[in-house]
Amino acid sequence: MPGPDSEAAAVRDASLPARAKIAVTAGRVAAALSQKAGRGSGSVIGGKIALKLDPDLLATLSDHLDVVLVSATNGKTTTTRLIAEALRAAGPVVSNALGANMPAGITAALAGGSEARFGVIEVDEKYLAGVARDTRPKAIALLNLSRDQLDRAAETRMMAEKWREGLQDTDAVIIANADDPLVTWAASSCRKVVWVAAGQAWKEDAWSCPSCGGVMQRPGDDWFCQDCGFRRPQPHWALQGTHVIDPQRGAWPIQLQLPGRANLANATSSAAVAAVFGVAPQVALQRMQAVTAVAGRYDVVQYQGRDVRLLLAKNPAGWLETFSLIDQPPAPVILSVNAMDADGTDTSWLWDVDYERLSGHPIFVMGQRKLDLAVRLEVAGLQFHVVDTLEQAVRMAPPGRIEAIANYTAFQQLRKAVAN
Amino acid sequence: MATPPYQENPYQQPPAYPAEPPAYPTEPPQARPQSGRSQRMSESSLRLVWVYPDLLSTYGDRGNALVVERRARQRGLNVQRIDVRSDQAVPTSGDIYLIGGGEDRPQRLAAERLAADQGLVRAAENGAIIFSVCAGYQILGHEFLNDRGERQPGLGLLDVWTGRGEGARCVGDVLAETDPQLNLPQLTGFENHQGITHLGPGVKPLAQVQVGRGNGTGDGTEGAWRDTVFGTYLHGPVMARNPAVADMLIKLALDVNALPPADTTWYDALRAERIAATRQPA
Repeated sequence: MPGPDSEAAAVRDASLPARAKIAVTAGRVAAALSQKAGRGSGSVIGGKIALKLDPDLLATLSDHLDVVLVSATNGKTTTTRLIAEALRAAGPVVSNALGANMPAGITAALAGGSEARFGVIEVDEKYLAGVARDTRPKAIALLNLSRDQLDRAAETRMMAEKWREGLQDTDAVIIANADDPLVTWAASSCRKVVWVAAGQAWKEDAWSCPSCGGVMQRPGDDWFCQDCGFRRPQPHWALQGTHVIDPQRGAWPIQLQLPGRANLANATSSAAVAAVFGVAPQVALQRMQAVTAVAGRYDVVQYQGRDVRLLLAKNPAGWLETFSLIDQPPAPVILSVNAMDADGTDTSWLWDVDYERLSGHPIFVMGQRKLDLAVRLEVAGLQFHVVDTLEQAVRMAPPGRIEAIANYTAFQQLRKAVAN
Repeated sequence: MATPPYQENPYQQPPAYPAEPPAYPTEPPQARPQSGRSQRMSESSLRLVWVYPDLLSTYGDRGNALVVERRARQRGLNVQRIDVRSDQAVPTSGDIYLIGGGEDRPQRLAAERLAADQGLVRAAENGAIIFSVCAGYQILGHEFLNDRGERQPGLGLLDVWTGRGEGARCVGDVLAETDPQLNLPQLTGFENHQGITHLGPGVKPLAQVQVGRGNGTGDGTEGAWRDTVFGTYLHGPVMARNPAVADMLIKLALDVNALPPADTTWYDALRAERIAATRQPA
């Protein structure tokens, strides 16, 4: 939360109801204190205090905004950033760009929103229904759903059901990935849906029909349930190679600085969202080109005189997409896995990841659960080195740009190690 | 020390479970039939059947198939891995069957389809080796509580039945001493379940927990086994953290008492780390 000295914020704050005004101010004070105490940006604690003082604050703050919500298992931070960039073509944007995606973080981001026209908000999957009720969004982008941190999160299909129940009465336009059966099922009870064929490489969470439980048939890109007839909707938008196909069959090249198929998919969904607000795909896509690293993801850093690219992969679907974008062998690869609370404490998911695809790469494994990784790679029949530190891995790595892939807290540690 | 009666005989006095236990034939654990298996293993090819990965593969269960496959190949065996989707018939001629963990609704669907298919039941009648985890373990029993809160019949291949625990879900690392008869080292794994599984006289506990909840009955038992049918609550996956279990299944399939050595360096390192961490959580 920025300081209370922002002039624009003051102008906007003047129009807030008294209770909201007090709450926003108290939140700013708490954030500033927390920041001074060296506890990060303080935005989440500020948001928490503000919400305590005024439980309706999120609704009040979003009142004058055109709100876009973005939720998914993977890609929500990047897509939020892409949509924010695209919509800046039509007006100022406020966004929780740093990924604080629960109600307190969202409140904090909006309270710093000053004169924005758009609020582009990343929302944790579990909180989507509540945030959608409070912020009355104009559009909601639903990108994908897959297994993630099963030791503490709800089951994947239950998440889809929560979305389905929580969103069925929304007035928002839903921009939903037609290639993900769970997302499709969640969105298909909504009134206004724009279907995007954005692809979904990971299929292991949708072999049984979310509607009736029948076995899903998946010929090529299509999918359908033989038992109840639930099937892939006809998409309005599509990702085709490196082009966005719009509803008028116009094909627009995607030129991103971000790598990988998943980001082409994120750009396609973002273009569809931008179109809801009258931003043409060519304008939206051109603006998305400006986005480079998002919260350190995909960043190429210099470390020990070597180029190291930092890649975040939190769950099997994320690892699958990440493997498809790394440099060809013999590019060296560092893998780092932790199992702290924020990562999920059960590492069984490592066995859902096709590490066999790293064949030919020199591989270095590290992190809190490097031995789980070692067994996984041994069973995959791969050669690898177990190391204690990034410094050691980089020193041992043969020439070439190093791809460093890590899960959540391991990624934060890598960023710290390279002082990024 | 006085213990509540249900801990001595959980089968007769199930806690928090409304109905009386179903009738079933009881048999004491028996020695595995010693003949027949090696004949079926044609030309040293091990048929490894992974049952319903489309429904029961939520907690890295693929790892169990990969580890058994890997360790069999390291012993020079040809392995034919057969992944059976839930709209396909379960072959009856497999040597080792693996059935994994899953969410509540897929578990019900799996139980319905396995009951209709009968392939796994016939394989068990032929003396097949079956290793089940979590939801799969519950399905092998007489019954479990399904996602609708109804009593769902299982396959009755293990003399166990499963109710739902009233308390907190059992989540976390587990350490357990295995049944001495199985000649296995300590089990290490990760459990994540709400079910409470009661053992009847037709099975023995697979292990006794030192850390963790296991069957959740409060008497420290974890998993169950009889002959060549096994059930456990442990993920990890269990074979990755206990390669001796994979080796045991291969030995049973080959009908041998020992296998040529296969490297366990990384498994051993992982086991040591996990066992220490489980004893003394950070």
